[in-house]
Amino acid sequence: MTETKELVKRLADKHGRSRESLIPILQGVVQEERFISSETMTEIARELDISAATVYGTATFYSFLDTQPRGKYVIRVCKTISCSMKGKHLIMQELEDLLKIKVGETTPNKKFSLLETNCLGWCHKGPAMLVNDEAYTELTPEKVREIINEYMNK
Amino acid sequence: MANNFLRRVDLIFDQDCNFKDVLKSTYQRSNDDIINELLESGLKGRGGAGFPTALKWKFTSEQADVEKYIVCNADEGEPGTFKDREILFKVPLKVFGGMAICAKVINAKEGFLYLRGEYRFLLPELEKQLAQFQSILDELKIDFHIKIIMGSGAYICGEESALFESMEGGRGEPRNKPPYPTVSGFRKKPTVINNVETLVYSFMIFRYGAHKFKELGTADSRGSKVFSVSGDTPKPGIYELELGMTVEQFVEEFGDGDTKAVQVGGASGFCVPRKRFKDTIIGFEGVPTGGSMMLFNSSRSMYNVLHNYLEFFEEESCGQCTPCRVGCQQLKLGIEAVKRGERHATYLEQLQKLAQTMKITAKCGLGQSVANSFFSIVENFKEEMIY
Ligand SMILES: Cc1cc2nc3c(=O)[nH]c(=O)nc-3n(C[C@H](O)[C@H](O)[C@H](O)COP(=O)(O)O)c2cc1C
Ligand code: SF4
Repeated sequence: MTETKELVKRLADKHGRSRESLIPILQGVVQEERFISSETMTEIARELDISAATVYGTATFYSFLDTQPRGKYVIRVCKTISCSMKGKHLIMQELEDLLKIKVGETTPNKKFSLLETNCLGWCHKGPAMLVNDEAYTELTPEKVREIINEYMNK
Repeated sequence: MANNFLRRVDLIFDQDCNFKDVLKSTYQRSNDDIINELLESGLKGRGGAGFPTALKWKFTSEQADVEKYIVCNADEGEPGTFKDREILFKVPLKVFGGMAICAKVINAKEGFLYLRGEYRFLLPELEKQLAQFQSILDELKIDFHIKIIMGSGAYICGEESALFESMEGGRGEPRNKPPYPTVSGFRKKPTVINNVETLVYSFMIFRYGAHKFKELGTADSRGSKVFSVSGDTPKPGIYELELGMTVEQFVEEFGDGDTKAVQVGGASGFCVPRKRFKDTIIGFEGVPTGGSMMLFNSSRSMYNVLHNYLEFFEEESCGQCTPCRVGCQQLKLGIEAVKRGERHATYLEQLQKLAQTMKITAKCGLGQSVANSFFSIVENFKEEMIY
């Protein structure tokens, strides 16, 4: 079995093979591989016995179900007004300088992707960002440097 | 506190509530009795629309279907709202408890909590609390189970029918209404869907009795509510306050001395300018809110605020219906053109007509509510839109 096949089978064993299992399986793929390739979508369709178009339709609807290759650590900076007002652009600037990429890009070593996202629910402690599932709040450029350094050494 | 109306309340986060006793004593009561107590309290939904909670439970209980569900909406995506996260972090058992009481009334065996993907870090602790909850139910011999379902970053999935679509494995595209969830919800079965905060208040009403809740607030807006306060304020955070205060009273307490506007209810809510602070009540009789309160002082450009909201709607529109899909985009492009001087200021009136059309023709609350912030910001801060 190929790796993709194995992963999909393992996730289907865990979450089931009904239509309701689709999103948990897609989430499982993202947790492990950081994105859902078209090969994986086809495999999920086969495993759940639904059309590949259905899988594609669902996967592409959700902003956290990435269908483009992403780095090991996906950084999502909140761009809602409350975080903007607290200096989000300085945070973004710092991240772009540190990672040497622009918003929407992934570092050549596939370690980091830098994205923006809508309200993360930390408006009272902005600016805020997520690194994968982890939330970081009350960011300053210095704090960002420390956080990214830690991930770089992981 | 100088401000003598603004009353801080501590119903929700009260830590010495004996969870098991409340649940046990409520389960000994008849369903009619439970619904009447809830009706008496005057509790209205805290997720935005403000539908009386007792009626929602009653209508669902009257459906003959064997399978029914209670769903807790923890998708909390409205910009400026973060109180559900705090509630789930601090008092998850009470949320589950509210679901269990509802389950008894409507006769549901399964419940679901739909948690937004942005809050996945809460999951391990929530699962632990859920296990504790299930063991208490086992002790009480209550046959009811809750499962947590994760969202994946889509604001529209907070809309109830889109949420069901998402739970069923599809794109989060809202359904036509009617039928309403009380008749056809998750898996097309009768479903109660309530906000996190609504469920906690329901639970607390059975701890304290309806009278304690009803004593607070006004005739249209009973009780207290959890507010998420952010923006230009020296004390951002989460506050449980009695309903019925005016924006002026709110600003006296939370403003920085230079507040020029308060956005009540997030991007889909209303902007209240300084001249309206005094006569605007925060609640169902004035400006309703799911809890989001953003303060802006005079250093802020309201054009930037509106632009930020429109960008949000443009991205989060599910794209299913044309007025919303195209409308959100055109409103944003429109105000950009006016700002750049490519369009005359009168173009704003045309844009307002477009927003009005969206209010009437869009399929769901997202497209319908864009006009709220659009009108209230453009009308009150026209110069800032133009210059
Ligand atoms: C675009 C949109 C987003 C919504 N997001 C949420 C949400 O995040 N949380 C929530 O409880 N209700 C949300 N609602 C309202 C729900 O559709 C529904 O009315 C609510 O969950 C009912 O619960 P309640 O009666 O306890 O308020 C949203 C509605 C719309 C139109
Ligand atoms: S109003 Fe917008 S979000 Fe709602 S169904 Fe139409 S396109 Fe989708």
